[in-house]
Amino acid sequence: MKHRTFFWFILPSLAAMILFIALPTVSVAIQSLFVEHEQVMVEVENCGPFKCETVLQVDNEATAALQEDAPLGRFNGLGTYTNRKHLAFEQVGVAWNETESLGAFLSELLNLPFYKALIFTLTFTFVVTPFVIVLGLGVALAVNTVPRLFKGPTIFVSLLPMIVTPLVGALIIFWMVDADGVIGATLQRIFNNPNLSLKASMPLTWIMLIVYGIWSSTPFSFIVFYAGLQTVPKETLEAAKIDGASRWQAIRYVVVPYMMPLVVFITLMQLMDNFRVLEPIVAFQASAKATSLSWIIYNDLRGGDIPQFGSAGATSILTIIGVAILLTPVLIRTWRDFNRKRA
Amino acid sequence: MSTSVADRKSKGLIWFTTSFVVLWVFIAAGPFLWTVWGSFKVQPDFFSKSDWTNAIYGVMTKAETGSAFTGAGYYGAWVEQEFWRNSINTAIVVFFTVLISLTLGTLGGYALARSGYRYAFWLLMIALVFRAMPHATLVSGYLLPFFEWNIWGRLSTTIIVLVAINQPFTLWMLHSFFLNIPKDMDESAMVDGCTRFQAFRYVIIPVMWPGVITTGLFSFLLAYNDFTIGAVLLNSENQTMVPKIASFLGTVRETGDVMFAVAAAVSALVPLFFLILFFQRQIVSGLTAGAVKG
Repeated sequence: MKHRTFFWFILPSLAAMILFIALPTVSVAIQSLFVEHEQVMVEVENCGPFKCETVLQVDNEATAALQEDAPLGRFNGLGTYTNRKHLAFEQVGVAWNETESLGAFLSELLNLPFYKALIFTLTFTFVVTPFVIVLGLGVALAVNTVPRLFKGPTIFVSLLPMIVTPLVGALIIFWMVDADGVIGATLQRIFNNPNLSLKASMPLTWIMLIVYGIWSSTPFSFIVFYAGLQTVPKETLEAAKIDGASRWQAIRYVVVPYMMPLVVFITLMQLMDNFRVLEPIVAFQASAKATSLSWIIYNDLRGGDIPQFGSAGATSILTIIGVAILLTPVLIRTWRDFNRKRA
Repeated sequence: MSTSVADRKSKGLIWFTTSFVVLWVFIAAGPFLWTVWGSFKVQPDFFSKSDWTNAIYGVMTKAETGSAFTGAGYYGAWVEQEFWRNSINTAIVVFFTVLISLTLGTLGGYALARSGYRYAFWLLMIALVFRAMPHATLVSGYLLPFFEWNIWGRLSTTIIVLVAINQPFTLWMLHSFFLNIPKDMDESAMVDGCTRFQAFRYVIIPVMWPGVITTGLFSFLLAYNDFTIGAVLLNSENQTMVPKIASFLGTVRETGDVMFAVAAAVSALVPLFFLILFFQRQIVSGLTAGAVKG
């Protein structure tokens, strides 16, 4: 295809992506260097019946004018990045020097909003992803053995947790495990503790969110593996059996190696999707015990009366750096494959 | 072919796999059945502290309304809280997002599939990176400019943003579908004197519909399921269904009103249910298309 034709075909799509994905990233980077204006204060004389006193008051008009003048706020350099709400170098340094063990240091970190979110996001991503792969393969192998008649309905049902709106899916689980819900109330009875609430403890909240993550993502890996199983060559499997391989050995040494490219694909998709976890935290109202990077950005923008653009921007840039680190191995691998194909 | 020992399944194995599948079906579908059933009960039944079977038989519902089923939650959500407005907004956003995404995506995907140059590969890689961007980070970049230009809160703004966010995925998917259409078809049309666009119009468009429908399903899902973009970019008047359900959680805490949220959530499930019912095959093939090409 000629360069010129290619350009005209790709232009609308490319323009949309540049305008609404690339440029916002720049906009975020600029925002992160500014902070909100301080409120303009004026001295006002307040006269009561007995005496007059001067008090400081917010000059709403002047503040609004200043806001109008420079909507970005005032320049702050990298100040937002290093403050307590973000990288908090000072607090981390203090914690490092004053705590004896690694565990104590980590629990200090969990008091800092950015690290709390980062630690949860990473835990969620790296616990959910392997579980999803192993469970998905297990379900695919099992479904592959059921009679043909039941396969269609089983796949239909399996698609539900994945297709469903994440917020709605999370709510449905939350209403069941909440203290009054069917699972929550049953657990209270089993442990004979009427105050038991999954939301009240940090480990239980984390487990609840991770279980939701596994529930909602397993169907994806199941479907991909199931389709992959249909393409495993029968001859290879038969050859393995003739050579005396047991069922387990056939799976371990024939099927699993054949599935490896799919594992890479699922891992990539899962890392991207789990890293942006937001909806379950909103639905479970779990932000007291667990926050994610996406959640603190969302909270900066929608949590208070005034959006905290600077703070949201700084967290966004740090999140994008995180995504870049996560994707680097995949990109390098693809680049090598591409070069090999060309060579 | 003679059956070897390993080919014959033992009773234990059959028992194990069957119960595993049954367990999985229960885990996957159970929560939905439970919530759909419970949405026709009153709150003291669905969130019953004393006995969970109340939610099944509707003991309190009978006591309060005289019948074992009640549509009070649905009435509250759709009529009192005007959920129908949100569903219309969702319909508008989803329809235009899918339409525009597919138009841009087919053109771009076709170009990427037919260009053998190195930059086509790089564009796909960049699209992959864009695909990985958490939506919350993008949204924080939109907000301030959109406030300044006074285009915040409108449905049209949200549609354009969703189209753009959808592009990386649409491009990847359609690109791999177009790779499956033999090059000879459009090239022979061009030998016969068509321009590239005419070849696309008269040769490719008639045969591309299976791929476009599959991609359209996923565009639909992205637009329909979106929470972050709608919640941040739309004003309360233009809110779509999912952010509205989230706002139910914050505002309605009194007894009975939780059921509004339950009813609204179940209502939002219905279109998805029919989507899977009619398009199961396309969804499965779409999920695996990326993997096989990957």
